Amino acid sequence: MSLIEARQITKSYGRTTALDAVDVHLGAGEVVAVTGASGSGKSTLLLCLSGISTPDSGEVWFAGGRLDDRPESVRAVLRRTEIGVLLQHGQLVPELSATENVALPLLLGGARRTGAVRAAAEWLERFGVAAVADQLPGELSGGQQQRVALARALVTHPRLIFADEPTGSLDSVSGESVLRAMMAAARNLGTAVLLITHDATVAAYADREVHMRDGRILSGLASPAMATA
Amino acid sequence: MGLLSRGPQHGYELKRAHDDRLPAGKPLAYGQVYATLARLERDGLVVSVGADKAGGPERTSYGLTDVGRRSLHEWLESVEPPAPFLGGVMFAKVVVALLAADRDTAERYLMSQREAHMARMRQLTQHKQQATSAAEAASADYTIAHLDADLRWMQQTMARVDALNEEITG
Repeated sequence: MSLIEARQITKSYGRTTALDAVDVHLGAGEVVAVTGASGSGKSTLLLCLSGISTPDSGEVWFAGGRLDDRPESVRAVLRRTEIGVLLQHGQLVPELSATENVALPLLLGGARRTGAVRAAAEWLERFGVAAVADQLPGELSGGQQQRVALARALVTHPRLIFADEPTGSLDSVSGESVLRAMMAAARNLGTAVLLITHDATVAAYADREVHMRDGRILSGLASPAMATA
Repeated sequence: MGLLSRGPQHGYELKRAHDDRLPAGKPLAYGQVYATLARLERDGLVVSVGADKAGGPERTSYGLTDVGRRSLHEWLESVEPPAPFLGGVMFAKVVVALLAADRDTAERYLMSQREAHMARMRQLTQHKQQATSAAEAASADYTIAHLDADLRWMQQTMARVDALNEEITG
């Protein structure tokens, strides 16, 4: 069974069709790369799958239940508990230390402060950034910030991580090391990852690739879906 | 053979069409055109369909046979084994797909080739993660970087399929 699935979803902004009858599915623990040039529809797909936005038509399913027709308050809880998000620039809260940033999703979910801080420290240790636990994001290198953001994305033990260009702002060596850390943790915990990237060398870390262009998913000559189209 | 997919042509026309449509390739020598046509005729892939003499020396036109057309489509549908420096043959397939079929076939050929390249990239990436020496990792990095260059070219060419189609068949 799919963990998350988009069925024939379409989304337009004015006259621009960002998604055109897209089907995507992701199994539990599977790592899928969504690739394509800027404007191909990758980011809109992420917004619809994560429930931040809803499609104009079609359906989004998460863990056997319909997601897109639930109220935003329900989708927000799901995003906080079941889904982790890792963005290009980390998006850490600048006024909070690395530990406080990682503990934040647990505190928002009602966890006790001591437990949340202890869990955060463990995750920082796991990603090799325990030494900067008390520092503010502005004092960290790009690679360290992404490791802290990765710890924050995983601290709630989500079933799925959305990683949108997670290494886009890093040089290739630190990018590779963040990717490796993310993949090792995801494989270890059985967390599924949807990796959005325009970079084929990043997409090569996934189990398979979905390539988009003009809001559609492209397939090759051997694909039965296209052969009958 | 791709150039013959839109109708019979004689050797001179073939040379001109080849040099126009594949500008990055080496210009074709006349001797090579006629030697290739003779070989294709011997193998039953093309057949001479008549001669004209319009004010000059007699020129034989050649057309594709059914066997030739089938063989052309088989070539078109096969992806190249992913390895660096395939630019020439990949571009030739795009041009022939536009001549012998349509823009969707050209796009789908590029996507098939992308799938093959990505499968190889995944293997190399996995190999690199398990590498036991820096030399092994560096060697994988070299091939990954070259396959990545091909993939960038494929993506740019996909974005240019409509313009190419216009140029080549328009």
